[in-house]
Amino acid sequence: MKKIKCALIGSGNIGTDLIYKILRSPVLEPVWMVGIDPESEGLVRARAMGLKTTHEGVDGLLPHVLEDGIQIAFDATSAYVHAENSRKLNALGVLMIDLTPAAIGPLCVPPVNLREHAEKLEMNVNMISCAGQATIPIVNAVSRIQSVEYAEIVASLASKSIGPGTRANLDEFTNTTSSAIVKVGGARKGKALAIINPADPPMMMRNTIYCLTDDEPDRTRITESILKMIVEVQKYVPGYRLVNGPVFEGKKVSVFLEVAGLGDYLPTYAGNLDIMTAAATRTAEMFAEEILAGKIQLKASEVA
Amino acid sequence: MSQSPRSSLKGRKVILHDMCLRDGMHAKREQISVEQMVKVATALDDAGVPYIQVTHGGGLGGNSLQHGFAPHTNEEYISAVAPKMKQAKVSVLLIPGLGTMKELHSAFDCGARSVHVATHCTEADTSPQHIAYARKLGMDTSGFLMMAHLNDPAGIARQGKLMESYGAQTVYVTDSAGYMLPDDVKARIGALREVLNPETEIGFHGHHNLGMGVANSIAAIEAGASRIDGSVAGLGAGAGNTPLEVFAAVCERMGIETGTDLFKLMDVAEDIIVPMMEHIVRVDRESLTLGYAGVYSTFLLHAKRAGLQFGVPARDILVELGRKKMIGGQEDMIFDTAMTMAKARGVVLPT
Repeated sequence: MKKIKCALIGSGNIGTDLIYKILRSPVLEPVWMVGIDPESEGLVRARAMGLKTTHEGVDGLLPHVLEDGIQIAFDATSAYVHAENSRKLNALGVLMIDLTPAAIGPLCVPPVNLREHAEKLEMNVNMISCAGQATIPIVNAVSRIQSVEYAEIVASLASKSIGPGTRANLDEFTNTTSSAIVKVGGARKGKALAIINPADPPMMMRNTIYCLTDDEPDRTRITESILKMIVEVQKYVPGYRLVNGPVFEGKKVSVFLEVAGLGDYLPTYAGNLDIMTAAATRTAEMFAEEILAGKIQLKASEVA
Repeated sequence: MSQSPRSSLKGRKVILHDMCLRDGMHAKREQISVEQMVKVATALDDAGVPYIQVTHGGGLGGNSLQHGFAPHTNEEYISAVAPKMKQAKVSVLLIPGLGTMKELHSAFDCGARSVHVATHCTEADTSPQHIAYARKLGMDTSGFLMMAHLNDPAGIARQGKLMESYGAQTVYVTDSAGYMLPDDVKARIGALREVLNPETEIGFHGHHNLGMGVANSIAAIEAGASRIDGSVAGLGAGAGNTPLEVFAAVCERMGIETGTDLFKLMDVAEDIIVPMMEHIVRVDRESLTLGYAGVYSTFLLHAKRAGLQFGVPARDILVELGRKKMIGGQEDMIFDTAMTMAKARGVVLPT
């Protein structure tokens, strides 16, 4: 079966884990990996796995986009360089899946709103953050039953799973996730907290979601909606698991989750890596299926 | 009030930083009014305390379901207190991942002029943006390495050096769990002193869970610290911070200069702070457990509440949290752990 050819930009934890996820896909094929340091572990590994690599950033990829038929690119660099990367690749008709907190395109959480984006033929889709991917489905599972005045999420991440990019830009992570709790989660106000825990052996990614409903929560319907949503997420992240809750106290609904990864690039504790790369892959697959079926055609944008 | 004739610290100058209006918020479940803040801060200012921290217990961005909501915003507290200060500077706490640079800017606009930028003791590299931004605003900027017992002296030295490289003018060893003993403190501060630039100051922030707040702070000064956090009457998380008036008295006996008026500090403690307390902040069964098991002091009241709610003794929950190496900010895991323990023990949970 024909596959859509992909380029991965950024050779850190996320970019490297993406190689494994995309290799497993029936509709996607990883062809290029882009880094800035020829000795980086990610680039070395990508070469060993048969990908073409460049250490000259996106500019090193551009001359090959058309001849190698690249149609989808994943950006796992940083919020600061994403806009420029996206502009250059969109100009060549490449669809951009953004895994940085730049969020210049619409925000995507696959079980909540992926289909909408595919139908609109967006050329840049943002994956928010690992914490957003892990928690926003639950916020949405509550808000689709009853209006939510305020939702707050707490993500605990193993120190070993957090690369230098995220560390140096925690504010962007917090801001992008908070705004997505509103825009995609459906709460009127959102707040995101992140904690990086260095325990050894590393702790599994944990997420707590608190929602304040406007009216007394309908316990039965909300519980049912949350359990259904967990099954949806498990379709692409099998280690997504309810540990405790939902707990109802007045108008507060609390849900306690754990996310185990598949152990591709980093061990299973790094569920945060998996939920991000798996969601991005799932998103790309949806577009790829539409392209392969001839339902959508990617167009080069006007070069500014 | 005679000085010890053999005090080797005679003549040393130490900057005191009061925490009752920030760490003390934890002990009050974040419920301190603007009027109380102004009253306490004015009295501390009058007693000559040079720095007074004023925010939600979790610092900027602290108002949350995770950490509790204070009756007022940080901006309201800071704007009420700052203009009333004759000599003291108002400081704030900023924990990256919870607070943001936007909130720091807003605190600065309200009159805050000093900041503790806090990370877990192994995660200093989550603070470069915030430390640099504080310096850009012209604030007195400290890097604050929390739960410092969980990193060895060489590790603390490396993390402190990072914070200095981002622009921190002071690096703190923060004994969030009140777990350290004087030798632990000396080893960490000594290691920092060896690597930091001579003009970079070192601070110590203690908790009194093993009754060691004062002794540890003196040990810190012996090893090279020149800034000490405490709180009058010890109003702070766990068994409280180093009680500031006790520490000031010991400094006076040893000839260490703090520039504060001891009797005025004693009056603030007795006449203002103690009557504000909802529970007497002291070493009790649970706060002693924090110090013994190395658990974040702020977990105390949350664990007591979870213990009642889920039918598991707070002490057992705290010991389990220590075993799982939970750190500051993971208050959600207190309830999660209590529920998991209740299930394992067959406690029937209320529905």
